Amino acid sequence: MNSRDSILAAVARNQPARQPLPEVPAFVSEEADLAEKFARVAVSIGSKVFRVKDLEEVKQILLKEYSGARRIVAAFPELADMAEASVAPGADPHTFADVDLAVLPAQFGVAENSALWVTDTHLPLRVLPFICQHLALVVPQERLVPLMHQAYDVIGAQEYGFGTFIAGPSKTADIEQSLVLGAHGPRTLCVFLMEKL
Amino acid sequence: MKETKDHAALADTFNADEDRVNWHDETLWFVRQKRDRAAHTIPDWELLRETASQIKHNVLSNLHAYLLQFEANAKANGIIVHWATDAAEHNQIVHAILQKHGVGRMVKSKSMLTEECHLNEYLSENGIEVIDTDLGERIVQLAKEPPSHIVLPCIHKKKEEIGELFHEHLGTPAGISDPQVLTEAARQHLRETFLTRRAALTGVNFAVAETGEFVICTNEGNADMGAHLADVHIACMGIEKIIPERKHLGVFLRLLARSATGQPITTYSSHFKKPREGHELHLVLVDNGRSTQLGREDFRNSLKCIRCGACMNTCPVYRRSGGHSYHTAVAGPIGAILAPNLDMKANADLPFASTLCGSCSNVCPVKIDIHDQLYKWRQVIVKEGYADTTKTIGMQAMTQVFASPTTFKLAGKAGRWFMRHAPFAVNNKLNPWYKQREMPVPPKESFGEWYLRKRKGKNE
Repeated sequence: MNSRDSILAAVARNQPARQPLPEVPAFVSEEADLAEKFARVAVSIGSKVFRVKDLEEVKQILLKEYSGARRIVAAFPELADMAEASVAPGADPHTFADVDLAVLPAQFGVAENSALWVTDTHLPLRVLPFICQHLALVVPQERLVPLMHQAYDVIGAQEYGFGTFIAGPSKTADIEQSLVLGAHGPRTLCVFLMEKL
Repeated sequence: MKETKDHAALADTFNADEDRVNWHDETLWFVRQKRDRAAHTIPDWELLRETASQIKHNVLSNLHAYLLQFEANAKANGIIVHWATDAAEHNQIVHAILQKHGVGRMVKSKSMLTEECHLNEYLSENGIEVIDTDLGERIVQLAKEPPSHIVLPCIHKKKEEIGELFHEHLGTPAGISDPQVLTEAARQHLRETFLTRRAALTGVNFAVAETGEFVICTNEGNADMGAHLADVHIACMGIEKIIPERKHLGVFLRLLARSATGQPITTYSSHFKKPREGHELHLVLVDNGRSTQLGREDFRNSLKCIRCGACMNTCPVYRRSGGHSYHTAVAGPIGAILAPNLDMKANADLPFASTLCGSCSNVCPVKIDIHDQLYKWRQVIVKEGYADTTKTIGMQAMTQVFASPTTFKLAGKAGRWFMRHAPFAVNNKLNPWYKQREMPVPPKESFGEWYLRKRKGKNE
């Protein structure tokens, strides 16, 4: 018997009598203002949050916040005058090691933990939100859900090769529990809650 | 190579430096308090725990079908699935993948499973260099030590010691101990590593049967940096990491980081469903004793564990004895109930490294009855003849004393007499109860004597 079959046989032999799969209860949040809750949590974990009208406003803020950025990559054609707005198909991810700022769209955000859902459907390259020195994520303000349960309701049976929740800049507290922002991924995260797309 | 000292002896070594023990104790308690604050902000916390627990019970009772479903879906997604019965086979599979691609250097993000399998040692013996990319794991790797905690691998190290390690290995100036500066040095060093390695190995936090995807949670972004830059991504998981449906991630991701560090969620919760175009994604499903544990009725619930480390942070014994005193990949209360399944003789001491206070079970996000299992393992270990001899003799003596009222009364009298008239007979190093403690003042009479005296007075 090969390993696969012997493991499966041992599992079948040893697993206990069937226990029912519970219904996940309808968890709800009492937060009235999702944007306010989202922003409060985001700031508490080291993000900056801006409530903006449109991409033009995003651009103005980014130019001010990251005035020193040399290489900027954006997944918005509207930002073509300040950033590389297209990534060649099949581009080598290593060539993005010197990106100072990436500006990317998030599908929606979660108020309880300020996590933003990003998938490779809208991502030019999987490595982009991790390899850049600074990250900006843009999400329509009406696309905020209260809890992770509603987040997975929205995701549903969505197709993607890679998807990730991003909450805050990369961080570590491995040295004596002292929080340091900027571990291996972005040193800062700016979140733009936008009125209209 | 095999550790021969038991938990008590290793804890003794750790306890030699009292200031350090106090610091370790307080640091972990601080993490436990952060967990409490995070849990208390969720009104439905207990319902979440109960739901997670029930989902895990269902998983264990239907694991065979879920494994098949997961395998089929993962394969359909283009993931190459491997099965390993034990640590040796796991290590060989990883080695073979690296050989096939002619890879001699690899980055690895956190995976307690590979610690359990001693993968780094195996690959190093076969001429393959592994660099751990989680900051804490990199630090202990430079120190040639195993992690002492599953979430906080170098929680036993002081920043000055880390500064020395970095000075020696990464060329930072001597005398640096600022965590910010040290982290920046590690960032620079590891970024170069990420950019030059063609293979990346990661662990797995959850694997979804319904979709064939798996999820990896990190704060540093190291798993993603490794996986998205490398040509080959190898993910390794124990077979118990399966959950039935994608929506169940909503339950587990709410519990995991809050229980671990008190964060509302980890910075990254990355869902890997398909390989990057033109690249290979391997997944190794490892048994290594898990199917045996599944058959142990009293202990199978240990397989519900989601590796948050909350039981360690709260454990009065772990906090004061340090992770290395458990001489096994997973330390603390959960490690003490997992390890005897793998090697009962070598780990016979671990279920005794507990006060059975139950704090571990109280904080466990999936409601594992950890302290009950610690107690039950003790019964099994004694029955199988693996208990410590001095403990066995002590227990036998105690049984005799308690079995006979005459001996019991006599022993009590003798004890009280000695403590009063010859305190040095008990207040010495031979008495383990005297360690770090003053013995109490002995009572003048036993309860039995007092009771009889009082009754007599009343009757008169």
